[in-house]
Parts: sequence; C-alpha cells; structure tokens
Amino acid sequence: MISWPNLVSQLFNGLALGALLALISSGLTIIYGTLGVLNLAHGAMFMIGGYAGFVAYQYTESFILAVIAGSLFVMLLGVLMERVIIRHFYHRPHEDQLLVTFGLGICFVELVRLIFSSQSQLVPPPALFQGITNLGFMFYPTYRLAVVGIVAVALGALFIVLYRTRLGMIVRAGIEDSVMVDSLGINVYRVFMVVFGIGAMAAGFAGIVNAPVVSLTPGIGDDILVQTFVVVVIGGVGSFPGAILGGLIAGEIISVTSMFNPGYAYVMLFAAMTLVLVVRPHGLLGVQGRE
Amino acid sequence: MLKQRPFLIEALTAIGLIAAPLVLPHLGFAPNTVNRILVWGLFGLGFDILFGFTGLLSFGQSAFYGTGGFVAAYLLTRAGFGNVLGALIIGMIAAAATGYLIGLIALRRTGIYFAMITVAIAEVFFFVEFNPLSDFTGGENGLPGVPTPSFDLGFTSIHFTNGWSLYQFIALCYFVGVVIALRIVRSPVGAILSAIRDNPLRATAVGHNIHGYKLTAFVIAAAYAGFAGGLLGVLQAFMPPDAFTFDTSGQLVMQTAIGGRGTLFGPLVGATVWLFLQDFLQSALGLGAAWKLVLGVVFVLLVCFLRGGIIGGLADLYRLVSGKRKRMDAEMEQEAADAEATLQPPPAPMQAKEVAHPAYSGPILKATGLTKRYGGLVANSDIDFSVNQGELRGIIGPNGAGKSTFFKMLTCEIAPSSGQIVFEGRDITGLKVTEVCQLGLTKSYQVNQLFTGLTVRENLTIAALAELRGKFRLDLFRTLAGVKGLTEQVAHTLALVNLTRRADTPVSELAYGEKRRLEIGLALATSPRLLLLDEPLAGMSPRERLETVKLLKSIARGRTMIIIDHDMDSLFELAERVTVLQEGRVLVSGTPEEIKANAAVQEAYLGGVHGEIAA
Repeated sequence: MISWPNLVSQLFNGLALGALLALISSGLTIIYGTLGVLNLAHGAMFMIGGYAGFVAYQYTESFILAVIAGSLFVMLLGVLMERVIIRHFYHRPHEDQLLVTFGLGICFVELVRLIFSSQSQLVPPPALFQGITNLGFMFYPTYRLAVVGIVAVALGALFIVLYRTRLGMIVRAGIEDSVMVDSLGINVYRVFMVVFGIGAMAAGFAGIVNAPVVSLTPGIGDDILVQTFVVVVIGGVGSFPGAILGGLIAGEIISVTSMFNPGYAYVMLFAAMTLVLVVRPHGLLGVQGRE
Repeated sequence: MLKQRPFLIEALTAIGLIAAPLVLPHLGFAPNTVNRILVWGLFGLGFDILFGFTGLLSFGQSAFYGTGGFVAAYLLTRAGFGNVLGALIIGMIAAAATGYLIGLIALRRTGIYFAMITVAIAEVFFFVEFNPLSDFTGGENGLPGVPTPSFDLGFTSIHFTNGWSLYQFIALCYFVGVVIALRIVRSPVGAILSAIRDNPLRATAVGHNIHGYKLTAFVIAAAYAGFAGGLLGVLQAFMPPDAFTFDTSGQLVMQTAIGGRGTLFGPLVGATVWLFLQDFLQSALGLGAAWKLVLGVVFVLLVCFLRGGIIGGLADLYRLVSGKRKRMDAEMEQEAADAEATLQPPPAPMQAKEVAHPAYSGPILKATGLTKRYGGLVANSDIDFSVNQGELRGIIGPNGAGKSTFFKMLTCEIAPSSGQIVFEGRDITGLKVTEVCQLGLTKSYQVNQLFTGLTVRENLTIAALAELRGKFRLDLFRTLAGVKGLTEQVAHTLALVNLTRRADTPVSELAYGEKRRLEIGLALATSPRLLLLDEPLAGMSPRERLETVKLLKSIARGRTMIIIDHDMDSLFELAERVTVLQEGRVLVSGTPEEIKANAAVQEAYLGGVHGEIAA
C-alpha cells in the first residue's frame, strides 16, 4: 500500500490542501488579530465563495470570471456582515462574538441549503488545467498542481497588501496595539471593515479555487473551519507567517495520515496541536500577549 | 436570583416535573419530545455551570455526551451489563475522566483559543468513534438494543418502559441533576466560578487557584454530559452515532443562549423552544428543511438584542415592572442611612492572618538586587529594599520611576529579571501571585480590579474565601453560610471600608470613591500581613482623601503596609519612613522630614527647573 509514488502523490496532496488552509487561515487570523473577533462563520465564507463561483460559472462558463465573481461576492458579504452586525460586538465579551458569528454561519449554510439543496454541485476545472501531468516519476492531476500555484500567488498578493502597503502597515500595527492605532487618529473602524472584507475574501477565493477538486455541498465549510482552527493554534493567533507554516503542517499531516488510515487524520492533527500547546502555548510563530 | 428562600427552586422544579405529564399532553407535547427536552436540559445543566457561570464557552461538549453515551450503551448491549442506572453512572464517570484529561489540554489557554481547541476536540472524538473505535461503537450504525431501566424493590419491581413511564425515570434524574447543580452553584466553589468569569486576574490575585476551579467546572460539565448521553441511549433504545457530531455541541450552545445562560434552566427552556419550533415550523407551517434557517435567525437576533436569553429577558421585564418603585424607596433610605453612618465610631481594626512561624523577627520583606528589564528598557535596576514588621512605608517617585513595576515584582505578578525577594524569611522569588497572597502578601491595584458583575458583598466574599479555604478546595456541597467565619469577616471588612450600607449594590452602580474603597477592601479581606497599596488616593476628591487616609490609618494597626502615592501631604502624614524611587533606582530612604529636606529629592521632583530658569 505504501509505495514511493503513493507517498509523493500524498505529499503533493498535502501541499495543495496545506496551501488552501494557509490562505483560509490567513484570512481568519488577520481578522482576529486586527478586530479581536474570531469569525466562526469563516467556514461558511469558504463555502459561499464556492457557490458564488459556481453560479457565476453557470452564467459565464468562464472559470476566471467565476473566481473573480466568487471572491468579490464574499468580500462584499464580509463588509456587509461587519457593518450590520459585527460592529456592534466589538465591545461585547468574546463569548457573544463567538455566539453571533456561529449563528450567522448556520444561517448562511442553511440559506445555501435552501437555495441549492443538499445535493453536491460540480465546477469543472478550467480547460487549461484539465487532465493529468506527467511529472517524470508519477502522474498527477494538473489542476491540483495549479491550485498550489494559484494559492501561492494569492498568498503573495496578501503578503504585499499586508507588508508593502499603508493599509497593511495599519493592520499590522493594529494587531500589535489597536488602541494605539486608534489614538493616532486613524479611523480604525474603516480599517476593520476593509480587513473583514479581505479576510472573508481570502476564504471565498479559496472556496472557489477548491471547488473543482471536491464537489460543493452546503456543509463543506464546517470541516475546513475546524482544520483552520488547528492551523491557527499551531501557527499562532494573529500571525500571517504562522498561518502559512501551520497550514502546510496541517495539510501534510492530514494527507500523509490519510494514506495509512483516514480515520486517524484528525487524531494526528489533534496530537500535533496538543504538542504545540504543551511546548509553545502561543503557537509556533505566535507572539505572547494576544489572547 | 438563585438565592432566595432555601429549597424554593427545588420545590418549584419538583412541582413542575410532577405537573408536566398532566399538563403538557394538552399542549400537544408527545411524551417522547418531553423526554428529549429533559435529556437536553440535563446535558445543559453542566454546560451552563461551565459557560454561564464560569464563562468558558466550549464547543466540544458532544465529545463527553458521546463518551458517556457509548460507554453506557456498550456496557448494556455488548458487555451484558444488566444494571441500567449503574451503566449510566459508569458512563458518567468515564466522561468525567475524559473531561479531566481534555481539560488539562484545553484549559492551557483561555478565550478564543479555548473555544477553538474545544471545536477540534469535538471533531477528533467524532472521527475516533467512527473509525478506530467502530468495533465498540458500531460505527455509523450506532448501538441498537439499549434496555430501559427496571428496579427490583423486593416486594415489587418497577419497570420504566417508554413514553410517560420512562418520563418518570428521566424526570427523577433531571431533578437530582438540578438539586446537585444548585448545591454546586451556591457553594463556595460556585461563588469562585462566577468570580473567574467576571475577573480572572483578580480571582488569581486574591489567592484562588483558578486553573483548578476551571478544570473542576470542565469536569462537572463533562459528567453531566456523560450521564445525559447515556440517557439518550436509554430513551431511544439505541445509541445513535450522531451524538458525537459537532452539531450536537452547536445545538447545546444555541439552546443555552436562547434559554438564558447562567440560569441553570436556560438549556431546558432553550431545548423546549428548539424542539417545539422544529416540530411547528416543519409540520404546521410546512417549511420543511428551512426550519433550521428560521432557528438560526432567531438565535442571531436573540444574541444581538437579548443577551440574557428568554429567562434573562423575562427577569428584566419583571424587574422593570416591579422593581422601579422599590428601588427609589431604597435609595432614599440609603441616603439617610449613609448620613447616619458617618456619625458612628469606626469599627475595630481587623486582625491580620496568623503568622506561619511566629519565631521569625527579621524584616517582613527584604528585596535584594531587584531588576526588571523589558528588552532594552530597564524599569527597575538593582533595588535593595527592606521593610520591618509593623512599619508603614511610603514610596514616592516621579511618573515612570518604576513604582508599579516594583510592586508587581513584590507580589510576584511579574518575575524579576534578577534579584531576590524574601517575605518573612522565606524566598518567594518565582512563586505565583496566588501562592504569595496565600502567604499573606497582597496589594490593591492602581486601576480598580473588581468583580464588576457582582455585588459589594459578593466581591468581599470571594476575597475572604481565599483566606478561609486556601487556594483550592472542592467543597462543592457546602453552602457559603457553612464556611466558618466568612460572614463575620465579610461584615467586618464592609464596616472597615464603610460600605455596609452598600453591601448588596452591584459594583457597577457604585460611585468612584466607593469603588476605590472596595478595591482596598478586596485586598484587606484576604487578611494580609503585608499589604501593598498602589495609589489608593488616586482620583479622589479632597474629602474622600481625608476619609481614606483615616481608613488607612485604622487598617495599619496590626499589619505592615507599603503605600505608593502622589499625594505627598497625605503620605508624609501616614508613613513612618519614605523611599524615593527615580528612574528605576532607589534615590533615598528616610523619615518624612529627611525626605522633605533632601536636595536630591527636590531635584528629582522639580527636574532641575531652577537651573534652567537661572540659565
């Protein structure tokens, strides 16, 4: 059962999953780091990205347009969510923030279930990436390779936004000390809105990019949310590099364990998280202080 | 709300449970629905102690629900175990043990980390049940054939079969669950759990091992979950695998929030609403699968606008209707009483806790070479400091001199970069703030650290409990009134800080000066032998200052105190010796007269302004 090609192919799968998790987790972690709100509806954002892209694809038959439409739709949804609901929860206890985002997540999932039913929907990969690529030592689905590339580009874009723009500087400063940023005369609330939009978009983008790999169901975001939490705990809350490192680690653990017995994938993931919590309670690349 | 007349709530619960089979059928409730509501309600009792009382929101309760359920079901179906109640209890113990182990991991972090970890736990248990343990749990088939309980009483045997017959058994379990939960909530442990929810930092500082108490709450919640899980199997004659799903945890959380957290009965009310709406929306309104969407929207609206859930909302409404008048009368009365109180002689000073080793006669506190660096910034540098028994020492220094940092090191809130702290001859460097408080050294904070959701009396109770019970004790079934000396100590502290008339006022309604006095009272209620006060006079009006100075003088009798303040006049009046800190170092120590006359001190405070003006 365990052969070299098999192992290598699982490592590639892990890379693709890990890259996706890294992107989704980055969205979750910058929202939490900046706004102090853990968005339990983040998995639903991932799911909605897939469905929005699916709808766009039905109308345009263009994968690129589907990706753009899906991402923009989720970004707008995120902005709307922040303006209408989340904004009123900044000064309420963490538990309330968790409860309201959890409830919103359920509403989103059930709404999508109502519109599209529980049946799975398919989005075909773009023509350019269809088929199988011969890597010399093994054959591998082309689109999965492409996913790694696409997500890497998206992470790069996020990196540029976070580390090379004025907005990014404010966001990173806000993660360190949002009170200070506020008192410097920067309108944090507008920044919060934009950050929530970007964070949601990261999940939505991942949702549509991932759609051709799996089939879409309304519950697709639930598992992803759990995996994202593990990624963030491993990497460190509020840390962008931590989300990437954690994502890759989690992706590889899930894939490699699945090769032996899929039932143990979560057990191993949880074991890794426990290890990190014991050895480095603030995550591999997390900073002490943010709680 | 939970401490009115004794046994009132227990009696009402019993009446409600007895009346239910007579009333509910007329309202269209099937016995099976009622039984399911009770199982959710029992499950929720433990969860509410964890979430509503302790403030720990766990999304992982399904793990313990499933553990208890499957252990009990396995014993009854596969292992040939005949005693249903026994199996339920073994399941409960298994769930509690699992809860203990999981709690050790999950409680390493608080807040959102805790929530995320519990989500992961729930998911792991689900997969473990389905895969590695499917031989024991039946995998996706679950365990069919769980028997219902029967009891042989010798002369007759009772068999609870199904419907209203089984209801009697489940209702009895629920009743016992309520009685136990009420005992826990009213015990000293229950009081401390509320304090942890309110202000974990202060709960630690007054000397409670909050990690231990959190773990206790976690295990209690797991035990309740385990028992309820077992009951689910009995109720359905089948242990369903979906007991372990994350949705189960989510439903519990939502039902608790809908019904009202921190009320114990919230989960029951929430489950009633949930199951009723589910039936009603699905069949009566023909919404089909959309029922969950409607419930989700209801839930979000409740969280947004009615934080206390249904029970909380009703309680607010009741208070609004009945309370307004009463309150105005009470306030008038209070003002008159306050005016009277100022005429009364001050109460006798409070005794400090007994010395551990009376033979010791050296300085009560001795710090040598104390240094604290934050990166490149040196907050305290090589401070040598010694205070004698019974002394009242003042510390002054310009802003940024490192006074508060120095205090934080003395009470072990932060660890020094180097140096040593000796309290009553014992090296306390590196101990935890809780242990140091237990030894008899505590401080009142510069910025109030009160339990703002509790009343004045409850605040002082929390602090006094730490002294009377030690840092951790599992007296889950003792009443607060049963703690020896508690009432006296709280009453005495109330009198000392002149808050007797305000004892049952919530902290959030106190005036600033009163809050400052309570802040001192919290430190005082732990009966410290060495009391540090960080700017006790800050922000007070001149009149309040006079009163507080009087208060400080009266509590200084029989104990050692160190006071930081910027109010020189008051401090020079109070202190026997004064230490001046500047830029993290001891500038000079001496009597108030020496300090006033010291040129270096004048220089430090006036910052060489003379020179500049001259130039």
